[in-house]
Amino acid sequence: MVAIFLRVPPGDLFAALGSDAALAAIVVTLETNAISMVLIIVFGTPTAYWVATRSSRLRDLVLTLIELPLVLPPAVAGIGLLAAFGRFGLLGGTMEFAGLDIAFTKVAVVLAVAFVASPFYVRTAVSSFEAIEPTLPDAARTLGAGPAKVFARVALPLAAGGLGAGAALAFARGIGEFGATIMFAGSLQGVTQTVSLAIYEQFDLDFDVALAISAVLVAVSAGVLLIVKLFSRWRSGSTSPIPFAPSSQPSG
Amino acid sequence: MALRLDFTHPLRSFVAAVRLTVPRGTTTALVGPSGAGKTTVLRVIAGLLRPREGTLTVDGVSWLDTSRKHELPPERRRVGYLFQEYALFPHLDVARNVRFGARDSGLADEMLDRFGIMHLRHARIRDLSGGERQRVGLARALARDPDVLLLDEPLSALDAHTKDTVRLELHQHLRELDLPAIVVTHDFEDAAALAHTIGVVVEGKLLQTGTAGELVAAPADPFVATFTGATLLPGTAIGAREGLTEILLDNGATAWSTEPGSGRVHLAVYPWDIALAREQPDSSLSNHLRGPITSIVPIGDRTRVRVGGIVAEITAASARRLALTEGDTIVASFKATAARLLRATPR
Repeated sequence: MVAIFLRVPPGDLFAALGSDAALAAIVVTLETNAISMVLIIVFGTPTAYWVATRSSRLRDLVLTLIELPLVLPPAVAGIGLLAAFGRFGLLGGTMEFAGLDIAFTKVAVVLAVAFVASPFYVRTAVSSFEAIEPTLPDAARTLGAGPAKVFARVALPLAAGGLGAGAALAFARGIGEFGATIMFAGSLQGVTQTVSLAIYEQFDLDFDVALAISAVLVAVSAGVLLIVKLFSRWRSGSTSPIPFAPSSQPSG
Repeated sequence: MALRLDFTHPLRSFVAAVRLTVPRGTTTALVGPSGAGKTTVLRVIAGLLRPREGTLTVDGVSWLDTSRKHELPPERRRVGYLFQEYALFPHLDVARNVRFGARDSGLADEMLDRFGIMHLRHARIRDLSGGERQRVGLARALARDPDVLLLDEPLSALDAHTKDTVRLELHQHLRELDLPAIVVTHDFEDAAALAHTIGVVVEGKLLQTGTAGELVAAPADPFVATFTGATLLPGTAIGAREGLTEILLDNGATAWSTEPGSGRVHLAVYPWDIALAREQPDSSLSNHLRGPITSIVPIGDRTRVRVGGIVAEITAASARRLALTEGDTIVASFKATAARLLRATPR
């Protein structure tokens, strides 16, 4: 990692970042990842809450499906997405009929990133919903809160730290996505070429640009890890059983 | 006007079956060992647990009737529930905790005032002491303007010093409220201090119900006797003479009781009915057990002395007069009227 920063002087590193390929890759990455993160959080949070508050066999099945992308080789994920959404895929015919061609577009990048990164968010979210002291939702119910209010006013705020940490992890995984994206979305500069794909391409064309983009990724990843740590600290402060404060004066 | 509950529900190793009526303005304590199903009763009333079968009415309004598939969800039952360790929301300050379920903010403020925690309204929960948390929990439960008050081990999370003060406060609040209240506790003393009626729950069943005095005077069962503080001496009733039952204790001694009995029995005797002496006294006390002192525990102005299998509680002054030390041989005496006979039940 140190080598990445030392090999080229910082000035040249910044100049290399200004190249068309690097800028385009950064823009594409930010656009697609932002949309993926919105999708992951909007669909992932209620799913995680559902899983965390159930104890049926269905729950185990859903959890397995959620975690599957974690253990799948990215290439398999890419093939799977192509098989589902590609022109000759399972849904491809229907989508083509509707005038949609997803493979090798930004939508494909968004789907690939969401597919690969979502388990990082949902898994963490399930754990943080499960870590909520079960008497707290019960107490809220007896205080007149229906299930929706319990979710919004008790579960969400108490799990917020964990949800933040999960989102940061998913984001870190998402911006580094490579395998599924190159198979399903290709590597078209300015359209589907994300930073990871750009590093791979520039590796042959201009090693300094590859280094510069890598340096950015190192910085972003370190930043994300730091954020996760901060979220985790906040989270452990908010949901673990709270010890009594020492009684400063005799009560009564 | 009362709470009427009747339910059965299978738990892990037994079936809980409880029928209970708590009139308005009275407090019933459910006491018993942990895992006996006491909290289950509260969860059924609050709607947090749907029993297999059961009915529940509060002031004549049906909250639950499994035969008609009628069940009010918890949020529509007006229950003030003080959870064990209080279940305060750690992400909200004191005032927001109390306002969470309040009918209106006026009532919430009234409760903050009434429980003397107005000055803590912006405090975070983690900064409160145990006694303060208990008051916040109670204020929050009552700000809902409940029809029923449920207290789960309200004193167990407190240290001994705080506990006495809080118990007194709680006693006063319970007397002022015109609600049916149920207190769950594993401590007979707490139950006696807080409740009008005490129900002893063992393995999901109400074993005996009565005032504290009634339970001590006539425990229905060896468990109730030990729970209310008696020492049990196992033995066999071998005959009756002059209105007294003669019991051959398993430790070899003989004892007499005014209560009838036969076969395997437990002789129950309360610590405050036992007198201690160096030599066997020449008195009407008809039971004398001689043995070595195994422990001496001073508790305030009383001293608990364990002699062989039984526990005596005498004044600290008598303990000093007798100059007791562990290992001394001493005579523990109690009247035949203080020796309660209970049929030994396998448990």
